Amino acid sequence: MSHDDHDHSHGHDHSHDEPHPYQPDIEDAPFTERMVMAQAVAELIVEKGIVSTDEMRAQIEFMDTREPALGAKLVARTWLDPEFKARVLTDVKAASAELGIDIGDIPIQAIENTEDVHNVVVCTLCSCYPRMLIGLPPDWYKSRAYRSRTIKEPRKVLEDFGTTIPDNVEVRVHDSTADLRYVVLPARPAGTDDWNEERLTDLVTRDSMIGVSLAKSPETA
Amino acid sequence: MTIRRHHDMGGLDAGAVEQTEHDYAIWEKRVDAIVKVLSTPERKILSTDELRRGIEELGPGVYDNLNYYERWISSATNLLLEKGVITVDELGAKMADVEARWQKDRDTGS
Repeated sequence: MSHDDHDHSHGHDHSHDEPHPYQPDIEDAPFTERMVMAQAVAELIVEKGIVSTDEMRAQIEFMDTREPALGAKLVARTWLDPEFKARVLTDVKAASAELGIDIGDIPIQAIENTEDVHNVVVCTLCSCYPRMLIGLPPDWYKSRAYRSRTIKEPRKVLEDFGTTIPDNVEVRVHDSTADLRYVVLPARPAGTDDWNEERLTDLVTRDSMIGVSLAKSPETA
Repeated sequence: MTIRRHHDMGGLDAGAVEQTEHDYAIWEKRVDAIVKVLSTPERKILSTDELRRGIEELGPGVYDNLNYYERWISSATNLLLEKGVITVDELGAKMADVEARWQKDRDTGS
């Protein structure tokens, strides 16, 4: 491993709209005991011949390719093609493969927002998330507040995100597990009837696929 | 009264959700990669369930004081020790080695 291997990469290869700072405790301390432990374990498993440095690098690069844009493409296609949507609701893995997206072996269930039902996803026990379809989760998804409150007072949690769901719309909360993750298919915004797939894709945000917000409206896109 | 372990927080009261996020640092991506490559069907050295069990067994104090990927590497390392994939002596020596290298880099400003 090269001497600068522990340096932070300040490249902004993230997938959301705004750049975000690293966590302050990491930024301020050059390294922590657990960062040393991570480097040590990474070197030991290579030295023991269990994995190669190429495989480690390839895995990190692969996860960098997992981002909300993949899920957004899937959602936009469901808005344009009802038959595709039916296939997504039946089998996300097979439908994703039609778009060239490999979601791996952990099942993902798609859940559709409608006029009557709004869905939101949480993992109360840990942090299970459809990472192969929309990338690694934001910090708040793993926070105590989100994990604790979402199954108890989902409408209030949605308010924290500035999302108000009308009283006549049912809110359903889905608690993910290590063996089944969920992705929300947000409803297609009004006023997009003549939009093509590329434009529609830009309306689908990460948060709308977690269910804490709606897809962007044409006015704010 | 319900008996719960500290990670089982669904339904409890808590404050507002602060919409914090950060770009994952390379060390965090490396921890993620360590777990994934050791969990492949060909290797099966670690599993998601084992990792989670290890995180839950860190105990309330450690669990709350570590950030997310610090919990992951703590659990993964404990599992590797438990399974005899690496030994305490190897880990200790390697951590001392890594820390000495990084400290030297810091001191020389490289």
